[in-house]
Amino acid sequence: MTPTFPYLTTLVLLPAGAGIVAALVPRSLGERTQRLAVEAVGLAGTLATLALAIAIIIGFHAGDGGYTMVSRHSWVPTLGISWHLGVDGISVFLVLMAAVLFPLALLGARIRHNQRSFVAWVLLLEAGCMGSFVALDLVVFFLFFELTLVPVYFIIAGWGHERRNYAAMKFFVYTFAASAFMLVAIVAVAVIHQQQTGVLTFDLVKLSHTHLSLTAQVLLFLGFTAAFAVKAPIFPFHTWSPDAYAQSPTTGSVVLAAVMAKLGTYGIIRFDLTLFPRAVVDLAPVLLTLGVVGILYGAIVACAQRDLKRLVAYSSLAHLGFIVLGTFALTTEAMTGGVLQMVNHGLVTAALFLLIGWIYSRRGTWQITGLHGLQRPAPILAGVFTVVMLASIGLPGLNGFVGEFLVLAGTFITHRWWAIVATVGVVLSALYLLWAFQQVFHGKATEADASTPDLTWREGLVVAPLVALIVFLGVYPKPVLDRITPSVERLVAHVDRATGTTQPVPGPSHRLAVDPAVKHRSAAVAATATAMNGQSTASSSQATGSNGHAAVVSSSTTGAGFRRFP
Amino acid sequence: MIPDLATAVDQTLKLPHIDYLSILPELILLGGALLVLLVSSLRRRMMTPGAAAGWTVLISGAALIAALVQWHEVSAHGPKVEVAGAVAYDGFSVLVNVLVSSALILTALVAEGWLQRERMAGPELHVLMMVSAMGAMVMGAADDLIVVFLGLEILSISLYVLAAFNTRRAESGEAALKYFVLGGFSSAVFLYGIALVYGATGTTNLPQIANFLAQNVILHNGLLLAGIALLLAGFGFKVAAVPFHLWTPDVYQGSPTPVTGFMAAVAKVGGFAALLRVFVSSFGLLRADWQPAVWVLAALTLLAGALMALVQRDIKRMLAYSSINHAGFVLLGLEAATSRGVSSSLYYLFVYTFMVIGAFAVVGVVGGQGDSRHDIDNYRGLGSKRPWLAASLAVLLMAQAGIPFTTGFLAKLEVISAAVAAHSTVLAVVAMLSAGIAAFFYLRVIILMYVPTQPDDGAVALPETDDLGLPRFAMAGALPGTLDASAHAAGLEGAGVTADSSAGASSDAEAQDADVVPAEVVPGDVTPADVVPVGVAIAIGLCLAVTVVFGIAPGPVVDFAHKATLLF
Repeated sequence: MTPTFPYLTTLVLLPAGAGIVAALVPRSLGERTQRLAVEAVGLAGTLATLALAIAIIIGFHAGDGGYTMVSRHSWVPTLGISWHLGVDGISVFLVLMAAVLFPLALLGARIRHNQRSFVAWVLLLEAGCMGSFVALDLVVFFLFFELTLVPVYFIIAGWGHERRNYAAMKFFVYTFAASAFMLVAIVAVAVIHQQQTGVLTFDLVKLSHTHLSLTAQVLLFLGFTAAFAVKAPIFPFHTWSPDAYAQSPTTGSVVLAAVMAKLGTYGIIRFDLTLFPRAVVDLAPVLLTLGVVGILYGAIVACAQRDLKRLVAYSSLAHLGFIVLGTFALTTEAMTGGVLQMVNHGLVTAALFLLIGWIYSRRGTWQITGLHGLQRPAPILAGVFTVVMLASIGLPGLNGFVGEFLVLAGTFITHRWWAIVATVGVVLSALYLLWAFQQVFHGKATEADASTPDLTWREGLVVAPLVALIVFLGVYPKPVLDRITPSVERLVAHVDRATGTTQPVPGPSHRLAVDPAVKHRSAAVAATATAMNGQSTASSSQATGSNGHAAVVSSSTTGAGFRRFP
Repeated sequence: MIPDLATAVDQTLKLPHIDYLSILPELILLGGALLVLLVSSLRRRMMTPGAAAGWTVLISGAALIAALVQWHEVSAHGPKVEVAGAVAYDGFSVLVNVLVSSALILTALVAEGWLQRERMAGPELHVLMMVSAMGAMVMGAADDLIVVFLGLEILSISLYVLAAFNTRRAESGEAALKYFVLGGFSSAVFLYGIALVYGATGTTNLPQIANFLAQNVILHNGLLLAGIALLLAGFGFKVAAVPFHLWTPDVYQGSPTPVTGFMAAVAKVGGFAALLRVFVSSFGLLRADWQPAVWVLAALTLLAGALMALVQRDIKRMLAYSSINHAGFVLLGLEAATSRGVSSSLYYLFVYTFMVIGAFAVVGVVGGQGDSRHDIDNYRGLGSKRPWLAASLAVLLMAQAGIPFTTGFLAKLEVISAAVAAHSTVLAVVAMLSAGIAAFFYLRVIILMYVPTQPDDGAVALPETDDLGLPRFAMAGALPGTLDASAHAAGLEGAGVTADSSAGASSDAEAQDADVVPAEVVPGDVTPADVVPVGVAIAIGLCLAVTVVFGIAPGPVVDFAHKATLLF
């Protein structure tokens, strides 16, 4: 499986290298030349990364849903740290999404001073995000996960708005402190593994075979989830995010909300579910509740916002709730929807923050009440905003619908009431977004409103790919779902196997007509379970477990709710 | 030949056999110190600060090479006990030797610039530092409580003098006096601890204490426990563990900045080396008795260090509290009381030494003449005035905060691993939370250095009300300097405000303005034209290189610490 070309290592090192190059552009070139050179380096770096990400997705074969393009080198053997990178169907789209968003974020918002450091920080941030998405070694993941804080901190503090220092500090200290728990938990997993096997390693694949008692799992799960919940952010841990989103420069908001938020949700899927399946199953109701509360709370608070940027920040919180819901429903549909929703949320939020940034650059305000009737002077802006907003609301035919529908449908199977309450959030999101749209784009334009210029060609060029992707994923998500599903099935099977629960398989009436990718899935779960036997990662004891499990799956095709082994 | 002579004397006086290689670095430093002292008294003119620093670098370089030879020897032949059981010659002691000689080289480079700037003739500074460093080496190698005490006193007495070295500043003398009084008190406590341990076990030799404890079960061990407690208090003072830390901020603040860096690095290395050896190897069997005490000590040290640093406005006091926080992390390794714990503590000390010397070197440069500019407001806008200096400090502070891809992160990872492996998970969580708190004050300095003074990038003029702006104006009047200067400064600030809000005057303009006026009034004002002395630049560069290179490729240092512990 190991390709000759180290795609993933390059994916991480390329933006980092470009960042260093950008930082070294000499000041002696003169302000204008330096600025152009820096922008060129930034654009070249991010576009090259995008090209690499596209190459990765072209070369990516879903296969059995395991990790591909693995590159694995010993790094600090004494400490058991290895440079272990790999992608599967879950991470590959996040990589692609990040790679798409970074050049757009750089192009979409021009900053007026210190371009050199700004571009360098953005590139370093891209390296950090990419590294987090592809790392399969816990310490390497943590390194990149923490590394992302530094550029974001400087981006907010250096180029943010009025209360930037406060926001930057709050962001950093919140996330840094939360990561403290994760670091201890990472070390604890490795230590327990070492006590069991005598091998000190932080390798995710090896650690996933560690036998942990339920108490240990719950504690460690809480340690990991503390960091992820703050990073995402999940409901009660979100207080840093409206400040950070609102005070960031547009590029920062885009990256924070669209890419970095996914580090948290991705971390939950990748690490919590892999390492602590029993704790996940036991605590799923709690997390589901937090997700639903987040959906409702975000939506309600968003309704009360008078500031467009904060409104989008809270709507982002609400949409993240859906991802949490999809993850902890622990069904293939819901999780596939959750992963897709991560990508959708990234695209939509990025587009929203870019559009709001452009409105701000024209008018100098985010106050909804200060803007009226922009539709007439800026029809293209209004049109694009409409599409993006409708995608955010979840209109069928746009990407938000596919993700949210899968999440809700998948959740409904196992956790009916949560799904029902969450659906209210969809309605609320229509409420506040349409209200804001009405205020800003309809109504009577004042003089200032009437002279608001429309999108420039450059801005149009930036937002066009986003709109195209939003529509494409809404109309034809099959290629994406086809690649996500095997990995998700594998993960769900892993959780089922470890906990002795079975994923309830919906009867024919529950079959999801909208989703071609999951048509074959009722058989696929059983197939995956047996296919696991052949995996190099499956130990013999687990193999017997999955044999038994396959039998249970085949016998429980209609049940709703979990069935456990006695 | 020396061995022959030794045998000859041995027969008549029953002197112990001495393998001089085992104490070679100590001998080099002592001999070098005496040589420099001699030359400087006979030929005062020969010993310019530059020459003294050169000598010191050469001598400590020789000590470093000797230590590396020792490492080779120890790796090949395993640990030994030398000088009649007084000195341990093992990986642990060699690592301390390597570390102390490196610290000495760096401090000598930094001190040279300081002496030049303060126009002080100071071969004595270098001599005292060499002697003090030798004390730290003795502590690292001591295999007998009396020898530990000997090393402790050599280390401390030189440090008392060093703290008072800047005779022109009252704070320096005050710091020295405080350090001396409290240090003397703690030495007495320590000595009494030795006496009690001797009373309980009948020996002061560390391996013999361990043997005694292994062979005898002491039913009423109150005496021994009291002795251990007193030893812990004595060590706690030296390594600045809470609640024995009260001297630290005052002394760190008052001492000349290079001395502060030296103190923070070498005194801590020496203290921790002896602490680890005494507690883990001699009292290892009683760990159930002292671990809870160390647990409490570590938790207090971690939290108090981080919390108290939050409220400091003086950068040296802040770094003092941050060094207390670091001491807490090293204590984690001791609390684990395993070989992994010892190795992680050693690794932490190793990387800490470079981070702290580098940070204090930058602080010394920014401090300007007379060591007067240590308020954190002096760091405002450093990023645009002195980009390299600011970047260095930013990296070193981030390493101290434990940001990935620096040695600081791996050091924290190591001690945390050791603590978790020893089932001290709660303490590990406390430690990482304290690191989260600590990140706040490190970042506060960084944010100040890079706070852009021009308005934002928005196309429309923003209402620029920097939330850190208010304290700045308040501080303008409170800055040290005469009324004249503050009046001028206040006027300039006023002008600055209008310039800021209207045209977005760059920080450079403001800085230049500030330079023009108080140049005579505040003698040591940092100006963009100030040159960082070559020695200081080299030292900072070395510290940075160690911090970053070993942060990305930590293999060698980690292995060094591991092997040093295996050969313990």
